[in-house]
Amino acid sequence: MVIEVTNLHKRYGGTVAVDDVSFSVERGEIFGVLGPNGAGKTTTVECVVGLRKPDRGTVSVLGLDPRRDRAELNQRVGVQLQQSELPEKMKVAEALALYSSFYREPADWPRLLDELGIAGQANTRFGKLSGGQQQRVSIALALAGNPEIAILDELTTGLDPQARRDTWQLIEQIRDRGVTIVLVTHFMEEAERLCDRIAVIDSGRVAAIDTPAGLVARVDPEQRIRFRPSSALDDRLLKELPEVHTVTRSGTHLTVTGTDGLLQAVSSALARNNVVAADLRVDQTSLDDAFVALTGRPLD
Amino acid sequence: MLARLTFMELKLALREVVIPLFVLALPVGLLLGFGFQPGSRHPDAHLGGQTGAEYIAAIGAGVSLAVIGLSVLPTALATYREKGVLRRLATTPVRPAYLLAAQLVLYAAAALFTVGVLVVAGDVLFGTPVPQSFPAFLGALVLGMAALFAIGLLVAAVAPTGKAGQAIGMMLFFPSLFLGGVYIPRETMPAVLRNIGDYSPLGATMKTMRDAWMGTEPRFAQLAIMAGYAVVAGLAATRLFRWE
Repeated sequence: MVIEVTNLHKRYGGTVAVDDVSFSVERGEIFGVLGPNGAGKTTTVECVVGLRKPDRGTVSVLGLDPRRDRAELNQRVGVQLQQSELPEKMKVAEALALYSSFYREPADWPRLLDELGIAGQANTRFGKLSGGQQQRVSIALALAGNPEIAILDELTTGLDPQARRDTWQLIEQIRDRGVTIVLVTHFMEEAERLCDRIAVIDSGRVAAIDTPAGLVARVDPEQRIRFRPSSALDDRLLKELPEVHTVTRSGTHLTVTGTDGLLQAVSSALARNNVVAADLRVDQTSLDDAFVALTGRPLD
Repeated sequence: MLARLTFMELKLALREVVIPLFVLALPVGLLLGFGFQPGSRHPDAHLGGQTGAEYIAAIGAGVSLAVIGLSVLPTALATYREKGVLRRLATTPVRPAYLLAAQLVLYAAAALFTVGVLVVAGDVLFGTPVPQSFPAFLGALVLGMAALFAIGLLVAAVAPTGKAGQAIGMMLFFPSLFLGGVYIPRETMPAVLRNIGDYSPLGATMKTMRDAWMGTEPRFAQLAIMAGYAVVAGLAATRLFRWE
């Protein structure tokens, strides 16, 4: 365990930001903290890195107390927070040289820039970079001290789809170097693609912690198929099947929901009646569905 | 670490064209512009017996301190907070207070440099002697700097954004210049305005500097009021300053 959070509680005035959050992160994994805006993700992360003092509960990072041993923690944990810019007129290379000088064992920052694909921007001022490039500089700064853990908060918010995919690849590269990553996000796709395990946070509480596949499996595995019958078909023929729950028509299409084995049952029923299923589509439960099932509402 | 941060802040300040312009070029330009006017070397009864060149040198020093304290510092620090620069620093082994310290070191050095240039240029070019009570001059300069910088920190503490810091600073800057006797010499002001001005942060600073320049011991009450501004604004800034 490199991070252990137990019964974390934090309020600002009368507003409870984090109600009761517990999770632990293992060395070498990409751990996702997933939830809608305002769920308490950022406050949780701020308590983990020692920026805020929890009202209740305990946090241990690399065996350290983030408040008491903050100096040591800051040496070994790299953090990229939301809305953290650099002075507009600071050049990328200046920023990396300055920030890496803060650490006991600084990273080889020119190589870091190279790996992050921004070596060409070393002499560009921060204010002149594109959003994606600024984000890369932020990642580079979070890695400037060769951290054991990198905590990345809403890394890809505001990036275009291509830049977002590039950033995902980058995060996998960082993990491959042995860095444990905590990824805070409200993008389902991002969490599903990158994370080994995900803590789903909603209204300041942990709704579930599992692998992406594990989260999906927790949800009632209802299947759904949609097709256009090649000739007229009586709904009752399908409704009689024990695997089928519902049959609905929209225009020329039929949507059938049901349990395991739905596809086989429906196909044989159609074959028996000499009907062919055109435009056939099978939907499986996604992480989105899992999120709705766990929290009672869709993400975003 | 402080030296590194201060050097970085110096580089960034030099890239903001307006900072070197107002902190150094404008005060020195004022001295050169007015100093070469005929009659600037003669004691002037309208200036309390001071020469025009000495008066202008004191104005230059006052303007430089006011620009730093009431414009540069609050804008820079409030922007650093707004943009999350302080927040980012808080996640590294370096505390954000170091960045604040670096700014104070840099601008104290910049103010001393500007005043040094004014004193030397005045002496060499216009025969305004190096301040006759030098310790009193230095004391007035340091206390004035402390008072104006502390007010700047207080503005930075309460301003939510860089733009707000700039706006609040400007609301203090122009009345300060007026009360300090930059637009019209305090000697030609009505008594009421002059009395108010003498106890304003910039007015007290300029009056005590001018006194020291002429060899008159500065008035204790004025030095005390400058120290008072520094302590009260400094403590308020410490209590109210938010890092994010």
